[in-house]
Amino acid sequence: MSELIEQEKVSSDSQADLRKPPGPWKIAARKFVRNPYAMVSVFVLLFFIVVSFSAPYLTPYDPAKIDFSSTNLPAFSEGHLLGTDELGRDILTRILYSGRISLTIGFSVALASVIIGTVVGAISGYFGGWIDTVLMRFVDVMYSLPTLFLNILVLAIFGNEFIYMILILSFTSWMGVARLVRGNFLQLREMQYVEAARAIGVPNRSIIFNHLLRNSIHPIIVNATLMVGSAILSESALSYLGLGIQAPQTSWGLMLSNAQEFMLINKWLAVYPGVCILLVVLAVNFIGDGLQQALNPRGKKHPVRRLNEWRKKFSKSAA
Amino acid sequence: MAEKVLEIRGLTAGFVSDKGFLKAADNISLELKRGETLCVVGESGSGKSVTSMAIMRLIEYSGGIIADGNIVFQGEELTTKSQEEMGKIRGNKIAMIFQDPMSALNPVFTIGDQIAESLMIHQGLSKQEAMQEAIKLLGHVGIPAPEIRVKQYPHELSGGMCQRVVIAIALACKPDLLIADEPTTALDVTVQAQILELLRNLQAEFGMSILLITHDMGVASEMADRIAVMYAGTIVEEGTVFDIFDHPSHPYTQGLLNSIPGYETARGTELYTIKGTIPRLGELPSGCRFHPRCPHATEKCKLLEPGAIQLSDTHRTACWRYNEEAEVMNR
Repeated sequence: MSELIEQEKVSSDSQADLRKPPGPWKIAARKFVRNPYAMVSVFVLLFFIVVSFSAPYLTPYDPAKIDFSSTNLPAFSEGHLLGTDELGRDILTRILYSGRISLTIGFSVALASVIIGTVVGAISGYFGGWIDTVLMRFVDVMYSLPTLFLNILVLAIFGNEFIYMILILSFTSWMGVARLVRGNFLQLREMQYVEAARAIGVPNRSIIFNHLLRNSIHPIIVNATLMVGSAILSESALSYLGLGIQAPQTSWGLMLSNAQEFMLINKWLAVYPGVCILLVVLAVNFIGDGLQQALNPRGKKHPVRRLNEWRKKFSKSAA
Repeated sequence: MAEKVLEIRGLTAGFVSDKGFLKAADNISLELKRGETLCVVGESGSGKSVTSMAIMRLIEYSGGIIADGNIVFQGEELTTKSQEEMGKIRGNKIAMIFQDPMSALNPVFTIGDQIAESLMIHQGLSKQEAMQEAIKLLGHVGIPAPEIRVKQYPHELSGGMCQRVVIAIALACKPDLLIADEPTTALDVTVQAQILELLRNLQAEFGMSILLITHDMGVASEMADRIAVMYAGTIVEEGTVFDIFDHPSHPYTQGLLNSIPGYETARGTELYTIKGTIPRLGELPSGCRFHPRCPHATEKCKLLEPGAIQLSDTHRTACWRYNEEAEVMNR
């Protein structure tokens, strides 16, 4: 509220501020906020992040503590909201602690691979020529490496630290971003403002990482969001196969893997982590879509607004 | 009109293609004194822009090379400098204005950011100082309410305003040489007149030299001290604005002047045109490059390329009609 008052004060101070149209980021933010799917997704994702990272304050149990006196308790039993698993570990606690690892991996892999991909793609696209050829052939080679195999190899050689998992997933998922950014830069480097920037003596590195990166930031942001979802899925898949997170640490994928053995005793064991993965990945993808729509000036009309228009037309023709 | 700011001798620049080296600018020699305006005129594809890009050494970024010749700017040879060294000169001592102001500005940066950048690179100003300076510069190039404009994006400004911004960027470091590559082509006529006047005023104020590239003889007559006429990569005639307009000697120059509506011909008569089109770089004719389109072409023109012939101290032309005997006969 105080912000609103302040804004009004500023705009009444100078006539010109009233006339000033909103900046490109403001327009995008407004579009994004109006997208119900994206906004709900933001809250879902925030909920998961907050709950996972405040796990120690929310639950009194240790996720790895085995308690044979209370195994396979059903949901809503006393002290265990979602029950316990075959070793008597509290499932809710394990879901929360798993969320920490899955989300950390999701976001850090997305961040790392977007950074690597952007740098490689930008340099490749901007300079072109032999630099482009070398880097893009390297991308092709990386694409053809089987992720699973690489993962097993690294696990076998270096052990199963959680950080290695992030590194492997990052190193095997940056190529898409690199190609995207390269394509964008190939187009952007021909723009006259690039020549104009050179004409005032802006060095190459500043043209690449300042002038051009700002112009291609939209597809990169969208891609980064979508990457979070796919990283969480890859982590789950690897952990499910027993190649990712190892006990006593836990992740949603690993919980799924454990649950498989006890499907017949307690089928809910598989449902909880599965639903978590589903919700988070769905949320992230909706956010990505929302961003894409908000950031793309030529984007399609908003789904809800389109629905309303259609409804208006329909009711008119009916009446 | 004291010392030479820019001296180009025998500059040959062009592009390497499948057909071999294409000389977009062939053996160009030009001089520019302090405070002087030199107009390079010629039709599209005559090598005007390539020449300007070569001076800035920007031609290398578009895949071109400088094959031969010297470019001496304030006593410094530019052709042998590295791109890093050129970076210190570009924007600082030599600045450039582009044809289409809308596309010469980066759409995602504010006007202020773009003006401040040059100041931050070359004068080491802080962001705040540079922004203050940017506001002053915007006021200087005649943009009303500069404090508001600095925070706006290029798409919020009109074409004429954008060109003023581009000029402000070019003038930020008070360059000694301003290269203006068709600065008014993308603007309508009234705005064009305003921009030209602005350039003239700023030139008088800062005492810089201007190399103005244009295909508009009207613009050239208004702005130039001297004019160089280019055709198919060579300079065919060079002289003061009076030499060119009062005594055009090369048939191409004469053709250009006759093609201006209402310049020589009466209203209602058919507009004069130079027959044919400019030859492609890969298919230059032998001898004089203009001979297929020249009304005075002789056998000699088809075989031999004419060198520059000095008609007076300031006036030179490259046409066989003006070798020594011809000159005597003509007078």
